[in-house]
Amino acid sequence: MFLRQAWTIAAKDLHSELRTKEAWNASLAFSVVILLLFSFAFDPSSEQVREFSGGLLWMTYAFAGALVLNRSFAREVQNDCLDALIASPVPSAALFTGKALANFAMLFAVELVSLPVLVLFYNIPWSASMFGPMLLVMTLGTWALTVIGTLFSALTVNLRLRELMLPTLVYPMMIPALIAAMTLTTQLLAGDPIGTGLRFLTAFDIIFTLLAVVFVDTVLVG
Amino acid sequence: MNALEIEGVWKYYGDFPALRDVRLKVAPGSTLALLGRNGAGKTTLLRIVAGLSKPSRGSIKIQGAEAREESTRRRIGVLGHGIALYDELSAVENLRLFGRLYGLPDPRKRADEMLERVGLSRVRDGLAREFSRGMRQRLAIGRAFLHDPEVLLLDEPFTALDDRAIAVLQAMIAEMRNRGRTIVMSTHQLREALELASHVALLQRGQIVHAGERTPQMVEDTGWLYRTYGEK
Repeated sequence: MFLRQAWTIAAKDLHSELRTKEAWNASLAFSVVILLLFSFAFDPSSEQVREFSGGLLWMTYAFAGALVLNRSFAREVQNDCLDALIASPVPSAALFTGKALANFAMLFAVELVSLPVLVLFYNIPWSASMFGPMLLVMTLGTWALTVIGTLFSALTVNLRLRELMLPTLVYPMMIPALIAAMTLTTQLLAGDPIGTGLRFLTAFDIIFTLLAVVFVDTVLVG
Repeated sequence: MNALEIEGVWKYYGDFPALRDVRLKVAPGSTLALLGRNGAGKTTLLRIVAGLSKPSRGSIKIQGAEAREESTRRRIGVLGHGIALYDELSAVENLRLFGRLYGLPDPRKRADEMLERVGLSRVRDGLAREFSRGMRQRLAIGRAFLHDPEVLLLDEPFTALDDRAIAVLQAMIAEMRNRGRTIVMSTHQLREALELASHVALLQRGQIVHAGERTPQMVEDTGWLYRTYGEK
């Protein structure tokens, strides 16, 4: 029942987003433009790319993610839809899980389009063997961004300056996960073996998912 | 067992007590008109009963269970100030969504039935944002009644409704009442409310100053209640 309710919420969010494409267009345009502008502005050498590719990619994902996450609970404020969801028999944890899954899918789709842009415009040597580990790092890193972002999106939903407040609150919380994802991505794109960052990211994801599921009812109802 | 039991509920916004020691019992099958001037605390009380907000003190029991319990929320229907519909979804998609969230056995069939009931089956695939105000209101009424709630909470249900939406709502409330459902509605429209109500509660500055059965005198002279129990 829990998973079915979470899936209903996720499907509703994805369906709405496919109709309007508000968050998707803004997020995708932002990430692609940043990657392109950076490559034209600095024309980095292969050694420099080796050093900052992970950082550039995840900073882009983090900022693009804010555009997706800002819309997550904000779309529920219109017409007081959030009240109807809270009054329904859907547990807050299922509501959160559904929203997080939809945000994850949207952000992951943006990342899948942005990654080839980075590889292409920064001349990163890409091999098929990098695909699996890269997907794993992206999955773990994106879930970390999503789970924190979705919880804070719920927390800031009724604030007048939520577009400003969400990034301000979320980025400091994301720093450990971002550093791990950046390091892992840099190692992967440079063809180096990846370190212990995967275990850290996994633990981060589990801990913050549990915390979010436990506290989301307090965040939504008070 | 009472349909609704409110015991010593207080609600503070900062230091301001929006509700002060509210105690109220609503028998099953009754229709309670929750009356009071602007700022009396009607919406705050209904939001707490609906589980949308937690009381600072006190307890709420709906059919003997806590308001925030999943099984309780399945049994209550809420029609608030907002229409609580997604503009980017069609009428039928909106109702199917809430049908699924309430775990109805056949959300598709129920959504179709409700669209017919509120007179929107011809525009079932139209997006909610393309509807007129009256159509959106009727769709919102359909959403609130979709899961056939045992306890219905209506916050200013007649405010800003067009004639057709008022007719639909009155018919659906009457049907619910005939089937022994419990209805709690806050309202300013004294005449409509008192005609439908079996019981009346008057809130004043966060306190219940009168609660009891509706009398014919209240319907004949809608100002009587305020003159008798309200602030002088």
